Amino acid sequence: MALDNMKTTGFTQVGTTPNRPDGLDKVTGRARFGADVTAPGMLHAVIVRSPHAHARIKRIDTSKAEALAGVKGIVTRADFATGLTGENWNILENVMASDTALYDGHAVAAVAATSALTARDAAKLVEVEYEILPHVTDVDKAMAPDAPVIRAGAADGSVPEGQHPNVVRYHESGHGDVQAGFDEADLVIEDHFTTEATHQGYIEPHACLGILGGDGKGELWCCTQGHWNVQKICAALLGLETANLRVTASEIGGGFGGKTAVFIEPVALALARKTNKPVKLVMPRADVFKATGPTASTSMDIKIGMKKDGTITAAQGVFRLQGGAFPGAPADMTAMCAFAPYALSNVHQVGYDVMSNRPKQAAYRAPGSPMAAFAVESVIDELCGQLGLDPIEVRLKNASKEGTKASYGPTFQRIGLVETLEAAKAHPHYSAPLKPGQGRGISCGFWFNHGGETAVSLALSEDGTAQLAVGTPDIGGSRASMALMAAEELGIPYENIRVTIADTATLGYNEVSHGSRVTYASGLATIEAARDAVKKLCGRAAAKWGIPEDAVKWENGCAVPSGPNAGDFDPLPMAEITANMGATGGPIVGHFEATPEGAGVSFATHIVDAEVDPETGKTSVVRYTVVQDAGKAIHPTYVEGQFQGGAAQGIGWALNEEYIYGDDGRLQNALFLDYRIPVASDLPMIDTVIIEVPNPGHPYGVRGVGETSICPPLAAIANAVSAAAAVRLRQLPMSPPRILEALEQKRDG
Amino acid sequence: MVEVNLWSGLRPLADGKDKVEVEAETVGEVLSGLVQAHPGLQDAIDAGVSVAVDGRVIASSLTEPVKPDSEVFLMQRLKGG
Amino acid sequence: MSKIHVTTTVNGDEVEFLCDPRETVLDVLRDRLGMTGSKEGCGTGDCGACSITLDGRLVCSCLVLGAEAEGREIETVEGIATGEDLHPLQQKFIEYAALQCGICTPGILVATKALLEKNPDPTETEVRYWLAGNLCRCTGYDKIIRAVMDTAADMREAS
Repeated sequence: MALDNMKTTGFTQVGTTPNRPDGLDKVTGRARFGADVTAPGMLHAVIVRSPHAHARIKRIDTSKAEALAGVKGIVTRADFATGLTGENWNILENVMASDTALYDGHAVAAVAATSALTARDAAKLVEVEYEILPHVTDVDKAMAPDAPVIRAGAADGSVPEGQHPNVVRYHESGHGDVQAGFDEADLVIEDHFTTEATHQGYIEPHACLGILGGDGKGELWCCTQGHWNVQKICAALLGLETANLRVTASEIGGGFGGKTAVFIEPVALALARKTNKPVKLVMPRADVFKATGPTASTSMDIKIGMKKDGTITAAQGVFRLQGGAFPGAPADMTAMCAFAPYALSNVHQVGYDVMSNRPKQAAYRAPGSPMAAFAVESVIDELCGQLGLDPIEVRLKNASKEGTKASYGPTFQRIGLVETLEAAKAHPHYSAPLKPGQGRGISCGFWFNHGGETAVSLALSEDGTAQLAVGTPDIGGSRASMALMAAEELGIPYENIRVTIADTATLGYNEVSHGSRVTYASGLATIEAARDAVKKLCGRAAAKWGIPEDAVKWENGCAVPSGPNAGDFDPLPMAEITANMGATGGPIVGHFEATPEGAGVSFATHIVDAEVDPETGKTSVVRYTVVQDAGKAIHPTYVEGQFQGGAAQGIGWALNEEYIYGDDGRLQNALFLDYRIPVASDLPMIDTVIIEVPNPGHPYGVRGVGETSICPPLAAIANAVSAAAAVRLRQLPMSPPRILEALEQKRDG
Repeated sequence: MVEVNLWSGLRPLADGKDKVEVEAETVGEVLSGLVQAHPGLQDAIDAGVSVAVDGRVIASSLTEPVKPDSEVFLMQRLKGG
Repeated sequence: MSKIHVTTTVNGDEVEFLCDPRETVLDVLRDRLGMTGSKEGCGTGDCGACSITLDGRLVCSCLVLGAEAEGREIETVEGIATGEDLHPLQQKFIEYAALQCGICTPGILVATKALLEKNPDPTETEVRYWLAGNLCRCTGYDKIIRAVMDTAADMREAS
């Protein structure tokens, strides 16, 4: 896309921090989230789930459940489409098991009844006879020769011969000669790292309300990061025509990648079709943990060589990702992100996507990248420590910049890693004295960001206000950013723009809100739609003045002659043009429908001070600073919010959060009490520095900001712990028992 | 001709090569050219790829232009959170 | 199973409802009274999204049975604003971007309002520990804590 209209200075609205348009609804309890709607005659649904990690389903007897008063319908796999292939088949198999339950929590049936309590009672009456099969939930064990096979034939052609059938995808990339590079190094460190699966931990459980008749026409309300994707998948899984299912996205109570996937919506619709009544389905929290999409767990080997002056001579990594009972763990992304911050002549990375008896992993903020950063940045920290080098200087020395050949292949365009490192170095935090027992860690992080299919429409109202319809659910205040960008282009007040997340019947296809794409892609689309509307406004002014269209330009919300030769006319405000647009050519609507392909990669550098209690092994984060390149911050407060939220999630991943599976293959901590995400008293204030190195692929220079912030914390904290307590944790989370064990090992020499 | 760089995991599917020359003026033609030269690449391309042209990662658009001197890398398709 | 008749007060209004003995106050508020401002994030008292006050005491409404509401006074997020006038906390939460997705916001507002009524001059640490039962996954709490501290200061000045 040619961006001949790039604007990076002279903003009047962009860069300000007005109140978000949905603020009032959200502080008064009025905002309608997934579980907040009802329909007349609505039924409530409950899903029956496998208690076994791996079991053949021999028989499902629903007769007792059906006999319960109030039960209106029960569905099993037989109520869904047949003959699916590829990813649709995988999704259906995950949404409702066919002949084998593949993980603890795998859906096997669902009940709809007149009340939630009745549905719950009925679910207990569904009798399922299982034949228990051997299971495996650990990534290294799942690759071992004696591991039970989750599904034969699931591997694709990328997997080299000799691998276990649970290895289903393989990635290998890099350049140069790593062996020669290691030979050049003064110090080579090679280590093994592991991370546990974590959950996005959004506070709103998945919820939906489905209506579907025998005529194949349906309505669906749900909390999702992408309702066109839900529409497409539900249509496929139920054998419907896509356009006949209208999907409306509710307010979304957090997603972080976890609501890019589809879990319950097809089930609600299948029950709705079977009962011919609206069906509401809300996931209990335990089901959210057991049966949505946590991250992959990992097992990683990293080897890096460095010269005494800090030059990295070679780097290699092997990344094994356990992604649950289906292909799709982001082993490729992990491998490609691992060394991206560094300009390396010799680099080699390998990724394995490995299946196990766990739920199908889903995206979580920069999927795959945080784990890689944990391992790589820990090794770099060790190298700096052993060579007596400053960790920021070493990173600056090796930092990727414009023109660097990225570790994953192509040449970087303009990027802002160096700027984040320089800002971190200059930040008072980096030179602040530490108290005894505290340590400081830093880490860099990288994420690609994404564009994707995008459609928006900007309809002008007769009074000179504007209605902007976008198709990307607003997860963190994006409606405010969109309104700012539209206001900037139209030259009207921010308050005069109403932004709506349109349903699937109103706009063309919009890709899911993922990949940090919303402010980039929907933002670009909004700007282009506004420019389209402005062109039409100028056309109407030109017609009124009787001068050529190109003799009119748009300034401060008014059409004005473009120069002295164009004629002498008073500025014509937008409201005067729209007041009688019906009579001057009809409604004025700006459009954009395309696939922006200029998403700019982004980098961050984090600084963290941690304190380790040698008695309990508890690590406290006492100071935290995020420095990240946003390209251009449209609404700086919400950019800060993304930085802070990502950092907090990374802190949880580093210190406490983990999926714990028992020997029986069952998840042992499927509630927030035991799956411990950071609470207010765990965290300090999180300081932020917004760097703005414009992305050449966006009219204002925007890069995505949502994901990169979760990449550095894992390693930054591990590095701080190492500095504070002189123990190197290579296993996440660094929970108190693990820290204590490491401290004991150190004491025992 | 445009030189297309493959990720090294694809080598076994491209007769051991990690650079393939194709006749192409668009991203779409890069992909079809690759399959024509090495039919073994079909599945990997169908599974989802992005194409980096002079450092810009093209995630889906087949109509993006490619010049003879463009730096072209085949990459696995990105999925974000 | 026969239902229980309950009379209670919600945000100052007397209400009556019939509920199953197993239903919680949260179920009743949301499903029987149509007050969906209180959210269910976990159903086990771990997330605080359903926070309400019961006779002035901050509780998780998912841990209180509907039948227990008999003769009590319930306050929810829907009762925080007065007419079209927002409570200073509500105003400040919007202004400070102390919410991203907003699902935890009702519970956090109820909890912080209860805190400031007890302790108009809390320290940052006191605010953090008071809110330790209210999970927020989006913000890292930074802007929430700042909004609460600043509201407390404003309210002290105004009183």
